[in-house]
Amino acid sequence: MSSIRVLSPGMQTTVQDLGRFGWAHFGISASGAADPFALRAGNLLAGNAENAAAVEMTLMGGAFEFETDTIIALAGSDFGAGLPLWTPVEVKAGQTLRCGPSQSGARCYLCVRGGIGVPKTMGSASTHVITGVGGRPLKAGDLLPIGKEAIRRPRPVPKSVPPLGNGPLRVTDGPQAETFADDLYRGSYTVAEESNRMGLRLRGPAIPSAAGHMVTEGAPLGAVQVPPDGQPIILFVEHQTTGGYPKPANVISADFRRLGQLRPRDQVSFERVTIEQALRELQRQEQWLYGL
Amino acid sequence: MTIRPASDRSLHVVFGERIGAEAYAAVARLTHALTGAREVLNLHPAYTSVLIDFDPRRYTHERIEALVHACLDGPAAPDPEPRQVEIAVEFGGQCGPDLEDVARHTGFSPAGVIERFTGAVYQVYFVGFSTCFPYLGGLPEELATPRLPAPRKHVPEGSVAIGGPQAGVYPLASPGGWRLIGRTRLRLFDPQAVPPPLLRMGDRVRFVPEAGQ
Repeated sequence: MSSIRVLSPGMQTTVQDLGRFGWAHFGISASGAADPFALRAGNLLAGNAENAAAVEMTLMGGAFEFETDTIIALAGSDFGAGLPLWTPVEVKAGQTLRCGPSQSGARCYLCVRGGIGVPKTMGSASTHVITGVGGRPLKAGDLLPIGKEAIRRPRPVPKSVPPLGNGPLRVTDGPQAETFADDLYRGSYTVAEESNRMGLRLRGPAIPSAAGHMVTEGAPLGAVQVPPDGQPIILFVEHQTTGGYPKPANVISADFRRLGQLRPRDQVSFERVTIEQALRELQRQEQWLYGL
Repeated sequence: MTIRPASDRSLHVVFGERIGAEAYAAVARLTHALTGAREVLNLHPAYTSVLIDFDPRRYTHERIEALVHACLDGPAAPDPEPRQVEIAVEFGGQCGPDLEDVARHTGFSPAGVIERFTGAVYQVYFVGFSTCFPYLGGLPEELATPRLPAPRKHVPEGSVAIGGPQAGVYPLASPGGWRLIGRTRLRLFDPQAVPPPLLRMGDRVRFVPEAGQ
């Protein structure tokens, strides 16, 4: 079988698709690409099904040798590979792709025509790093088989890519919104170093809550939860499925791609929108993807 | 019952705030009815609520809410047969560093705590937190002990614990604030096994002292 050899893995490089659904009632969150927009776009450009598995690199990319002629597309942030992003590129057997530190956001996706053909666990190829479901971060020497998820020809290079934007993260009200004043919307927060795929920890002005002791309840992706110290945590792709901290807000689906590109020390602020606005933003993103 | 969006892709159904058999029955009924429904991506049952994730490109909150009402108004699906699971525990010592504290708080001897703890039958109310953590109802009231004032950074895998009026078992090493009274060698979570968790909502659990204790 044709494959890709991992020469060096980078900082935290994993195989991801769009996630593993149907297991939250066993305490296993979906995992999946931290920037699902980039993964889908890269796959579509390479002629794959949008849910094909790809390689997700974080902050510092790796080096990969191709054992076969194929087509790849890099999507997300620029990791200094010397190739254009959002563009199908032919590579030859024996060639090496070398990525370095990120020049912009936190994640870059290496999508390969056919997808990464690792076996699926519980319906998904995604790595859930904290539990080990679906595998582990890649190591030097790993061989990644190329899969069979190519469904059409690679796509032409898009004229433009919707910008990530650097305005406030847009949120809708969370289940405990009424127990919070407007503090979340006044401050600016710094993404803490200890952020990971479970949660983005923010540091800034403490957010007081009147919620007090809460009965543990389900927590969705993108929930902004506020522990007693008042420092918000955004629940991310490997988030806990239930929790007991109040949630004033939830990041909208259209901004999940921005969460995936946040780096430690980035600044974020929040803006409240309605569910209708959130869905309109999502639809705009979808229309661009459908146009590929 | 209240139903409201928790995000642009999820709906939160809440059956009051009282933990107990009544809320459990409603949560279990809705969870079982929605398991495998094509409109649903993920279900997060908890003590008194169910969070439903869906794909907002395909379905609306109104559609999912109608589905919830249809499930609750229709005939209840029979609950899956609860399984009886016995968990062997080594109590006290390094395995249960908080056993003495629980004994002090409850006024029993450590042996008395173990006797009462192993004398009860527990029910898995739901499974959640981070990875297959079973939230158990049925702890004898006299064993209820407040959580630690500050959570431990590292709770070992298999720790059997009391948190307020609840009991639970940590399937993986993680931070945690519950009182650790023992540890089991039984693996509650195996990433290679499908389906992975040993315990499911509704299962009945008994703890027994490990042979030799």
